[in-house]
Amino acid sequence: MTVAGHATATLPSTPRPAAPAAGQPPLLVAARGLGVKREGRWLVRHVDLALHQGEILTLIGPNGAGKSTTARALLGLIRPDAGTVERARGLAVGYVPQRLTLDWTLPLTVRRLMTLTGRHPRADIERALAQVGIGHLADARVQTLSGGEFQRALLARAIIRRPQLLVLDEPVQNVDFSGEIALYELIRGLRDELGCGILLISHDLHIVMAHTDTVLCLNGHVCCHGTPQAVTESPEYRRLFGVRASGTLAVYRHHHDHIHRADGSVVHLPPPEES
Amino acid sequence: MLDDFFVRALIAGIGVALVAGPLGCFIVWRRMAYFGDTMAHSALLGIALGVLIDMDQMLGVFAVVAVTALALVALQRQRALPTDALLGILAHSTLSLGLVLVALMVWVRMDLAGYLFGDILAVSRGDLAVIWGGGLAILAVLATIWRPLLAATVSADIAEAEEMRPGHANLVFMVLLAAVVAIAMKIVGILLITSLLIIPAATARRFAPTPEAMAVIATGLGAVAVTGGLYASLGFDTPSGPSIVTAAFVLFLLSLLPPAVARLRTAKEARP
Repeated sequence: MTVAGHATATLPSTPRPAAPAAGQPPLLVAARGLGVKREGRWLVRHVDLALHQGEILTLIGPNGAGKSTTARALLGLIRPDAGTVERARGLAVGYVPQRLTLDWTLPLTVRRLMTLTGRHPRADIERALAQVGIGHLADARVQTLSGGEFQRALLARAIIRRPQLLVLDEPVQNVDFSGEIALYELIRGLRDELGCGILLISHDLHIVMAHTDTVLCLNGHVCCHGTPQAVTESPEYRRLFGVRASGTLAVYRHHHDHIHRADGSVVHLPPPEES
Repeated sequence: MLDDFFVRALIAGIGVALVAGPLGCFIVWRRMAYFGDTMAHSALLGIALGVLIDMDQMLGVFAVVAVTALALVALQRQRALPTDALLGILAHSTLSLGLVLVALMVWVRMDLAGYLFGDILAVSRGDLAVIWGGGLAILAVLATIWRPLLAATVSADIAEAEEMRPGHANLVFMVLLAAVVAIAMKIVGILLITSLLIIPAATARRFAPTPEAMAVIATGLGAVAVTGGLYASLGFDTPSGPSIVTAAFVLFLLSLLPPAVARLRTAKEARP
């Protein structure tokens, strides 16, 4: 696994372009006027979005803003009450849901978890696990993993299918700060390696911003969207997340002189540039 | 000394244990113990209706149990009542309906205790063929839905998003359960079928590293329980069903006995 320690030291300068320069990459999933209602109340409404191959789209917003609902509608797990969802034909999806509780009676090793929805050769399993930094946990029982390790295992499970669309609902929950940076760095690496589109959900803006092409800020509807830069500067975003949010990117200046890898080893970072 | 009827009961019982093992694992993993119990309770209604319209007994039981299971799933989706209340209502209503119907049909003499608690004398050659034929068919179908069903057990959302069609797998699973109730009825009796599904699976859990291993171990434990229980039933002149369940329970208790072994295992399983 490439633990991206340098993420703490380098500031994200310019956001990546929304799409690679060479032509328009194929559309993976799109929503037009998407709305989902529960018991007469709109959970989310009027959502327009499009995600292309090789693109990272991040949904942010406060709790209850409809982020997971939107993602679930895009995946076809719930039927929209308004608007349409369009998915590319035969789209291979890798999904890490927000919440997953395993019954303790189910004897499941990390290795077995990897073949949950399809067969994979042993070498691929080892590789995917190594990629997310938990290669040493292949034979551990899933129920004995820590929150962060479990998230990594779920991520490895999702990427082993080499999906065209990776949907990650709060992938860094239960992961500590330095692990969080490493995971986002890993996710960006996956996009480059697999060439897949990634739909990322986060309520936490700090680190997401550096690794995404487009941000969609949700609060029952689309508040604002655009590049991370544009979104953080938009008045709607500031109103939603308060004054603190305007200093979002400052988080990167927070200095750690070392980080911990998933396997517990310590990696020293180069000294930060004074800001 | 093995009388012919006893050998038949033994072969039938092992046939039932063969299917109860893997299906029972799913019941344990999905916390469906009372769901299975409700399905089994409705079997008596199936027997009564079968007599009433002169239908094959196992077929009648299978049909009524399957309908009950699908009705339960539909009612659960409506969320009008919590699941445990629904199960309580359906389990006892169908059982009572069955008992009332049996009582009303004064022209039929029925060995109720045999249906409720199992009757090894009742296993005919024909039953044997149905139990083994049906059992192997159930296992074959289960094998085809194993991966989607297990994926749906871990996470219905992941299974759905990754095109495993969990809804289809769940539906097939219900039908398979109904079939198990129908073939297991004569051996353990409808009131005790769930225990044959659950106890071997629960016992196997401690020794199984993977879901598949747990299914195999549960099958083996079920066969041991059936054999031990039937011998005890013959020896002490006790009803076959309760004897088998008691044997399964003894195995379960034995599995709890060596805590030292268990602790050693957990230490090994835990990460270095």
